[in-house]
This record gives sequence, C-alpha cells and structure tokens, in this order.
Amino acid sequence: MKAVTWCAPYKVSVENVPDPKIINRRDAIVRITSTCICGSDLHLYDGCIPFMKPGDVMGHEPMGVVEEVGPDVDKNKIKKGDRVVVPFPIACGACFFCQRGLTSCCDNTNPKAYLGDHVLGQPTAGIYGYSHLTGGFAGGQAQFLRTPLADVNLQKLPEDLEDHQVVFLSDIFPTGYMAVQHCNPQPDDTVAIWGCGPVGQFAIRSAFLLKAAKVIAIDDGKRVPSRLKMARDAGAITIDFSEEYVYERLLELTGGIGPDICVDAVGMEAHGYSPDALYDKIKNLTMLETDRPKVIRQAIHCCRKGGTVSIIGVYGGLSDKIPTGALMNKGLTIKTGQCHVHRYVPELLDHIRHRRIDPSFVVTHRLPLSQAVEGYKMFRFRQDECVKIVLDPAA
Amino acid sequence: MTTLLSEPRIGMEATPQRPEGDGRRSSRPSRVNVGPKERDVSMAAGAIVALQGLSRRTLPGLIEAAVGGFLIYRGATGQCAAYEALGLDTYHVDGRAPADEIAEKGVHVEQSMLIQKPAEELYRFWRNLENLPRIMTHLESVTRTDERRTHWVITTGKLGLRLEWDAEVTADEPNTRIAWRSLPGSQVDTVGEVRFEKAPGNRGTYVHAVMSYVPPAGKLGHVLAWLVNETPQQQMRDDLRNFKRLMEVGEILTTVGQPRGTCTGTGKYQEKL
Repeated sequence: MKAVTWCAPYKVSVENVPDPKIINRRDAIVRITSTCICGSDLHLYDGCIPFMKPGDVMGHEPMGVVEEVGPDVDKNKIKKGDRVVVPFPIACGACFFCQRGLTSCCDNTNPKAYLGDHVLGQPTAGIYGYSHLTGGFAGGQAQFLRTPLADVNLQKLPEDLEDHQVVFLSDIFPTGYMAVQHCNPQPDDTVAIWGCGPVGQFAIRSAFLLKAAKVIAIDDGKRVPSRLKMARDAGAITIDFSEEYVYERLLELTGGIGPDICVDAVGMEAHGYSPDALYDKIKNLTMLETDRPKVIRQAIHCCRKGGTVSIIGVYGGLSDKIPTGALMNKGLTIKTGQCHVHRYVPELLDHIRHRRIDPSFVVTHRLPLSQAVEGYKMFRFRQDECVKIVLDPAA
Repeated sequence: MTTLLSEPRIGMEATPQRPEGDGRRSSRPSRVNVGPKERDVSMAAGAIVALQGLSRRTLPGLIEAAVGGFLIYRGATGQCAAYEALGLDTYHVDGRAPADEIAEKGVHVEQSMLIQKPAEELYRFWRNLENLPRIMTHLESVTRTDERRTHWVITTGKLGLRLEWDAEVTADEPNTRIAWRSLPGSQVDTVGEVRFEKAPGNRGTYVHAVMSYVPPAGKLGHVLAWLVNETPQQQMRDDLRNFKRLMEVGEILTTVGQPRGTCTGTGKYQEKL
C-alpha cells in the first residue's frame, strides 16, 4: 500500500510499504477513505518531537471502512463494513484513566511505556504515527491502518454525512472543543484564542457552541490573513499581532479585566515579533530550550484574575521564563492535555447532525495521498492560504 | 527491602538439602562456590600476579599471567573449577547462600502497580507460577516439579546468557501474598515475593513485587547488565505493566510486525515548492 513516511527533519516521502495485518486479537484493519495532515504533524516535520525513526508511517487523523476484524473483537460493536472515524489516542477502556474519561492518558496502550517513564514521569496513551514516545504505532496517512482494541476505539459514523463533515472527529474538532469545554465556560464569558490554525478555528466555533458571550482570535495578519478572515466569518473579533498589541487590545475588549478563558492553540513552535520570541529562537538554536512558550507567557499575562489558561497546542520538552509570579498571584487555573477524543465524539456528532456546525468549512485543499510531500510543504510554509489539507488515499 | 531479607520465615522454612535426583548440575562448574571475602582476595591477588607476569615478557611470565587471569576470573564470577573438582565450597553455608550475602551483594528491586481488578483475580494468576513467562520478558519457562517447587529458565536479552534454577514457594497466603526462594545449588540465588493490597475505594489493587538476587557474575554481572541498558528496576516495571495489561485489557499490545518504510536521508528547510 501507499503510505506517508517520515525520513528526517523536513523530509517526508510517499512509499510503498507492506499492507498492515491483524497483530493483536482485538485489532481491526480499516481501509482509509480520508486522512488529514495535522498541525502537530508539522512538529514532526520540523524534527521537534524526539523519538521519530526514519521509515515511521505518519498520520493520526483518519477515517474509513472496516475491512477486517480480529477474532476477539466484540462483533456487536464493530464489524466488517462499518464506516468509522479513528480517534488519534488509543484507549483500552479499562484502566483507571479510561474509566475516568481520560483516554489520551490510557495506561495500557503504549508498548514503549518505558520511554514515557523517563521523559514524562508516567507514560501516556499510544498515538498513531506520532513518535515512539507514544508507542511507535504506524500512522493513518496510508491506504490501510491497523487499529488496536477496535471495539473500544473505532467510532461508528452514520452514512448520510460526507467524509469532510466527520473526518475531523478524529482530532481537531474534539481538540478545539475540549480546549474550551474543560475550562467550564459560563454564558457571560469572554474566550481568547491564540492561533487560528485548524484547532484554533474549531476552538472558536466550539466557544460559540458552548455559549460564550464573546470570542477573540489572535494570529499573525502578515503571514496568515486568510485564517483571521476565517475566524471573523465565525463571529470572532480578531487581533492581528503583527500590527496590534495583544495585551492592550484584550484589556480594551474586556473592560480592563482580561479574558476569562485563554486558549493556547499554537504550541511549541510559536513565533512572534516581541523580545521574548527572539529570546526563544536563540535558545532553540543554541539547544538550551526545546519549546517556544511565547503563547503561554502572553496568555498568563493577559488572563483575568481567577481565570483559566487552556494549553491544547502541543509541547514536547522544556520551556523557559514562564511567569510563575503572575500565574500564582492572579490565582489562575491551568487546564491541559492531549484531547480525550472518545469522550467527545457522541456529542460532537450530534452537533454535526443537527447542523449546528459543518466542520467542512476548514478544508482548503484536497490532495491525493501521492501528493502528500507537496501538501506538507504547503501547510508548513503557509502557502496558497492553506488551512487544512485532506488526503485521499484512493486517488 | 532488607527487612524482607532478614525476615526469618523466608528461606528458613526451606529444607537445606539439595534437590534429589538433580544430576544435571554436578556436570557443570557454573555455580558460585567461592566465598565473598575469598573472591575479593582472589581478584586483588590475580591482578597483581597477572601484571607482574605480563611485565616480564618471558614464557614463564606468560604462564604467571595466565594464573593471574584464572584468579581474576574466579574472583569475578565466584566460580572455581578447581573447587568444583575437589568438592570444596567456601560460599554456601549449610548448602545455601548466606542470607546477608544476598542482602549485601545482591540486587534489590521493588516496584508497585495499580491494577483495576480485585486481589482474588490477580492472586489466581500468580498462584500458578507457570503463568509468569506470559508477562516476564526474559523468563523462558517456569515448570512445576512438585507441589511447592518450580524450575525456572531465563535468557537475559542482549547478553544472551541462559540461566536455570529451582525455586520453592516459601509463603502462600491466599489473595494476599506469595513468596519464593531459589533452592541451594542454584545458578542464581534469589528471593522474591508479590503482595496484593486493596486500593482505596474502587481503584482496584496495588500489586507490590519485591525481588533480590545475586547475579551470576556478582557485581561484575550487575555492571554488565547496566552497560547493556537493562536495569532490573525498569525490567520489573515493564513486566508488572505487562501483568496489568493482561489483567485489565486481556492482551498486551505490540507494534512488532506492522508496516514501515525504508526512506532515510536528510531534508532541508525549503519554503519554495
């Protein structure tokens, strides 16, 4: 089959690799009909996430049709022919964490848990195509995907919805939704969202779904003007940080108290024009810091006293100069995490079916899988007003 | 840890005789038969003799160096072919390794794991020690030889060593605790136990595993294990984790056998398509 593989930083390729087989007894094989390039795949592309090996199959946002099920899969839940979306974290459904809905923290699905012991203190769940720190599972930017514990993980989809409407249930829609939802938003809240990439776009729309009073979206109008426009289309007030001072604008928009909820939908590779952004760049280049936490700093600085800072953008290692003084004295709450996708799929599917949101708004490019290399470049360097690329493995 | 070792019930209940009909072992000079102090002396003396011999650069000097080498070997491994041939043993006291020897020179490993299952179910798995190779990576087999005794075979990963010993169950408290210890004359002197403690509320059971052993080549073997990056602590944690996976999920996920590509090379930062 054809699959996208990671070769080295800034190098991916489309290769012919062997078809996946049932390995564990509760595996299923899914024939992929749509699969996406995620913003977090760009961290792999840039070589920011350790424990990638040349030849690893990438991708964690696939959907498709069940082609084959292992002998121990519960046939009442998943059978051949089912149309399914694949949540990016692999859950077991039985451990302490899964039973509390924290499926991305699952204790049992990461075969390389020892790496997590060393790097994170405790290992997190297996994730498709996202380095050996999360298990080294082959990813979903391929024609077929092996999905372990299929009866727990695969989420069945109705036939009447298009791929573009449901494929983002694998990651970015639930991720953007959780970014706001886990802050427990109240109807009079103002939500500020840093980053208008795909996750940011879903966070903006989720904030409205969750009845926030005002949503403010922040990004770079010089580099990605179309993303700011997409945010405005959803009803958000936008701040272009290449021209405006974020802190002053946020205070102005909130009567001086700051946003109640501040969402970091950017992650470890933030850029900017402020002195601290330059500081991070230099420390990155001299290998004194792995992550560039500019957004976390600014969010803590701007957030209202007693408010919540939500970190949903991906971080991989260590960060510097986090303003702990502001964090502590302002009584802030920090909410973080890889998305617990399984927990959100039913309610988000309900929103889609009742046409309260049509996730296909975010798709700007549809490419055949064979053009994934161009897709990565286009997405990474923000060319052609790219926001979200969906790959078609059949084309 | 040391309290466990000094507990009289472990080891003391065991019969201090070699297992009957165990003829395999006598043909192999591979068990430790040199006492700990004598091993240190042997190492030191061997080093001096070998260096002296080598510095002479004559044929008798070479022989002297070989003798030194033999002394170093028996000091490092605690195994002496000459003692074996003569039936001598300055290591075992009453036919078994001294308990404080395991405490002093042994490797002690202790790990805990929370498992979402009742103690009864977890105990049932361990009650049959023959189940252990399903969760322990390096354990090749455990075979029951009689009601209390089992024969263990391990192959130690990258070092490619194969070790065997006989053990007996020294404590068996239903749903609470199982303990075992190797029998005299084993290639590895080891004690181990697993305890099941109810976790608060409905969190399941804390499983505590404790193991001590004297590596076959003493401290040297331990250092070798460190060099090839197989720390016993991590090994035990991984094994307990396998136990947890098997109990909670019913299978241990693997990525062995999945597809991967062959591409390599270096990329370059390239903004233009």
